[in-house]
Formats: sequence, C-alpha cells, structure tokens
Amino acid sequence: MYTQALNSSDGDDRRVEDVARASQFQARIDADERIEPNDWMPAAYRKTLTRQISQHAHSEIVGMLPEGNWITRAPSLRRKAALLAKVQDECGHGLYLYAAAETLGTSREELVDGMLSGKAKYSSIFNYPTLTWADIGTIGWLVDGAAIMNQIPLCRCSYGPYARAMIRVCKEESFHQRQGFEIMVTLCRGTAEQKAMAQNALDRWWWPVLMMFGPPDQVSQHSDTSTKWKIKRFSNDELRQKFIDATVPQAEFLGLTIPDPGMKQNENGSWVHSPIDWDEFKQVLAGNGPCNRDRLAARRKAHEEGAWVREAAMAYAEKRKSRQLAQAAE
Amino acid sequence: MATPNVPLWEVFIRSRNGLAHKHVGSLHAADSTLALQAARDIYTRRGEGLSIWVVPSNAITASDPSEKGMMFEPAESKIYRHPTFYDVPDEVGHM
Repeated sequence: MYTQALNSSDGDDRRVEDVARASQFQARIDADERIEPNDWMPAAYRKTLTRQISQHAHSEIVGMLPEGNWITRAPSLRRKAALLAKVQDECGHGLYLYAAAETLGTSREELVDGMLSGKAKYSSIFNYPTLTWADIGTIGWLVDGAAIMNQIPLCRCSYGPYARAMIRVCKEESFHQRQGFEIMVTLCRGTAEQKAMAQNALDRWWWPVLMMFGPPDQVSQHSDTSTKWKIKRFSNDELRQKFIDATVPQAEFLGLTIPDPGMKQNENGSWVHSPIDWDEFKQVLAGNGPCNRDRLAARRKAHEEGAWVREAAMAYAEKRKSRQLAQAAE
Repeated sequence: MATPNVPLWEVFIRSRNGLAHKHVGSLHAADSTLALQAARDIYTRRGEGLSIWVVPSNAITASDPSEKGMMFEPAESKIYRHPTFYDVPDEVGHM
C-alpha cells in the first residue's frame, strides 16, 4: 500500500534531520531490518534511493530501444517471439521500478519528465548501437549477465519496495541471459562469417559492459553512504571482478577471444583486466556517446505521440465517473 | 512535457485456487478496466495468477507505522491467547 497520498500525515517532520531518529534508523539498518515507505528515513537516504531506483527504471525503459531495433529483423519466428518477450520484460522491469521509486514520494510524471529532459541519467550501456544480430546475443549474454551480478545483491537492499522489485526482476533476467547465450552458441557453431560476427560484437561490447559497474572504488562518489545504508552490498570493483571471472570461461566455451590481450590470471584464479578507458565512460554519461541523442529523441517521440492516448483514457474515465454520479443522483 | 496525474492502483493476485489474493505491487491507469489489463501485462506474464483485484490506492486506509507500538500493544500483552499458555499434563498426550 505504497501510495503517496498515505504519506502526507508525516510529511512535515520528514525534512527534519533529527539526530536521535537518524541513529535509530541506522540501528534498524544494522539489525538488517527492512525500511518501508511510511517509515521515517533520513532525507539523504530518500534522495539517494529515489535517484538510484529511478535511474534503474529509466535504464530498463531506454534499454528497450537497442533491442527493439532487431525485433522486425530477427532471423526466425522463435527468435522474434523470444526477443519480443524479452523487450516486454524490460518494460515490466521499468514499471516495477518506477512503482518502487514512487513510494519515496516523487510522482511518476516527475520521474519520467526528469529522464525526458535529460536531467536524470540512465545506464551508459544503452547509448551504444546494435549493429548486427550478434549484438542481440551479446546484450543478453553480457549486458544482462552484468545486470544480474549487480541486481542479485539488491534483492537484499534495505529498502523493502526496491528489494521486492529486484526479486521479480532477477527471476526474469535469467531467461534474458540464457536466450542471449543461446544466440551466441548458435552463431559460434555456424559459418565462419557468423562466428566472426559474434567476435565482432564481443569486441565492441566488452569494454562498455565492464564500465556498466561504474567507476573504480577509489573514485566512486556514492559508495560509502550506500554501503552504510545497505543499499549497496558489494563495491563496483568487486562486482566487476565477479562478472569477469564468470564470463571468461563462457567466452572460452564459445571459442571467442576477450578483446583484452593484457588480461592475466592472478594467483587466486581471478582475471585481472587492463585499464578501462574512463574518459569514454565520462563522455557517454555526459551525453556524447554514439546514440545518446537518438535514444532521448526516441523516448520523447514515443512520449509525445502517446499523449493523446493518455488524455483520451483520462477523459473517458472522467466522463464515465460523472455519468455514474448523475445516475446515482436520479 | 508534463502529463496529467494518472490514478494509482494496488494490484492483488490469487496465484492458485485456495490461496488468498496477495498484494504484488502497484500501477497507474485511467480507470479500472485499463488497470486490470495493465495488471495482467505487468504482473502475470508467466502464469502467476488466476484472478486479479485492482483497488484504487486512495481507497486504502493504512495504519501509521510510527504508532505501531500503541496499535499492537493489546496483542502483545495477552499471552493467554496462545495455546502454549496452558498446561496440559504429559499423560494426556498431544492436544
């Protein structure tokens, strides 16, 4: 029952950073209690979560675009049906997450407008183009694989609605990764040309996927408080390392080469990657990636072209409501 | 770019016959018909339900979590409501 309307009673004292309440709050977090929408929380906790959950939601929604690009050109009906279902899932994930973000007191309209105006960010990865069918396989295998690494710990996040949304998302994400890997297996067992297409897609996506986990731990801005609040359970570098170690044997299975000739295995068996080009990451976040403008333009167009539908639905609902009221009065 | 505020609905799903409807999340929709359709698309893409309820969020009255101490105190102090409060001689066996 996470409605903004219900939160209005304690709306005023929410802004007050009461020291005693803040320490009580931290004690609840330390005891692994879940925080629920109507509970008292520090304003900074609310703000951090609103930003994180809404960015996550925007990412799911914008993430429909690179894959949607291939629905009409999928190589078989089976692939097409699977891709369509996957893109529909991404939409569903966006909607669960928006609903979770709204419980913190920001309306859906404000959240969406933040994304459309370019003020709110979404994951850097969706600003890269999907040039071939192998990109669809690579996105499922690597992008969804990376997302799972990041999202599984979020199922235990201190904020109840976010954790619950992540549980649903993770259940569905596993299908995404497996359908992507299956595409890769098929391509890699196909003709030399198909295998080259798979390698080319891996070459283009590998580094942007590593960047998905965010800046290295020494420079990550939000990590300390997020860890203290149990929003984040593992650091960016820890998750990145887990992902690489899980992915290397999969690439070997496919017979593909990870495009990092300097990558070495350390004494613990972990694969140490070469330096990441963080300038590219900053550029993409700043709006200068290969597809940033296209993505925002596509979202704005869809939003504007859907406006009449939303208005018509509301007008119809109003009309029916007033007709019912008039009938009741007779 | 602002769009009108579309009403919020809470979604409850019965996953199997014999089970109660359970809250699964919320969504925005202009009216109850659209809310039911959206609930089907958002929350039952993998056979999660046999029946859906949608309820306007503003029709729900909720207790205040900050007053939970006072609210639930009557239950806390009445241990004689639990079967373990009562002594039954061992010879009687399971009761």
